[in-house]
Amino acid sequence: MKILYFAWLRARIGCAEEEVSLPAGIADVGGLLDWLSSRGPRYAEALRDLSVVRVAVNQEYVGRDHPLADQDEVAVFPPVTGG
Amino acid sequence: MIRVQREDFDIGAELDRLAAGNHAIGGIASFVGLVSDLGGPDRVAALSLEHYPGMTEKKLAEIELEAHRRWPLTASLIIHRYGRLEPGERIVLVATASPHREAALAACHFLIDWLKTDAPFWKSEQTPAGERWVERRAEDDAAKARWQG
Repeated sequence: MKILYFAWLRARIGCAEEEVSLPAGIADVGGLLDWLSSRGPRYAEALRDLSVVRVAVNQEYVGRDHPLADQDEVAVFPPVTGG
Repeated sequence: MIRVQREDFDIGAELDRLAAGNHAIGGIASFVGLVSDLGGPDRVAALSLEHYPGMTEKKLAEIELEAHRRWPLTASLIIHRYGRLEPGERIVLVATASPHREAALAACHFLIDWLKTDAPFWKSEQTPAGERWVERRAEDDAAKARWQG
């Protein structure tokens, strides 16, 4: 699974893009965020407040209960501030 | 039409091109967003705009399609820049053309409101205190909500 990080999430995690194998038992976006938080202090700090974390799967905004498949492109980012 | 680019754009040339050859167009409405610096302790030396290539174009095209669904538009254009921009520089151009002004003005307002909450762009400001990520304003969500329902 490809995971992309943007804005301050990219800066805090220290990574723009990574390829991960979805661990068994992780079925949705909420589960993925919990698992990412457990991967080290940078992840834990960046994902501490999930109220300011948005997720897109295959370039569509999704909720925490959105199901995941191994070939998905997942993007994790703060609320958008363009315009 | 959607364009996501690093380069600046020429407002006059873009608006001329939008209406060129189409005499059914009675008017063009436009919005130009600029990098602002309000001074004081929050002085902004520059802005850095990051986006999600692929999803950005997809969301902008969806928003544009929605505007055409709601109003009788003849043509429309969204240009959004990314990269490093200084105060006074143009960030975004939204332009809508229609036989009549009401549709053009309303659709232009709708597009800039929706773009702010749906297009995956992020701004960080270079200030005397260092880099600062711009936070989402509740007013922007309220502005979008006006167009729902």
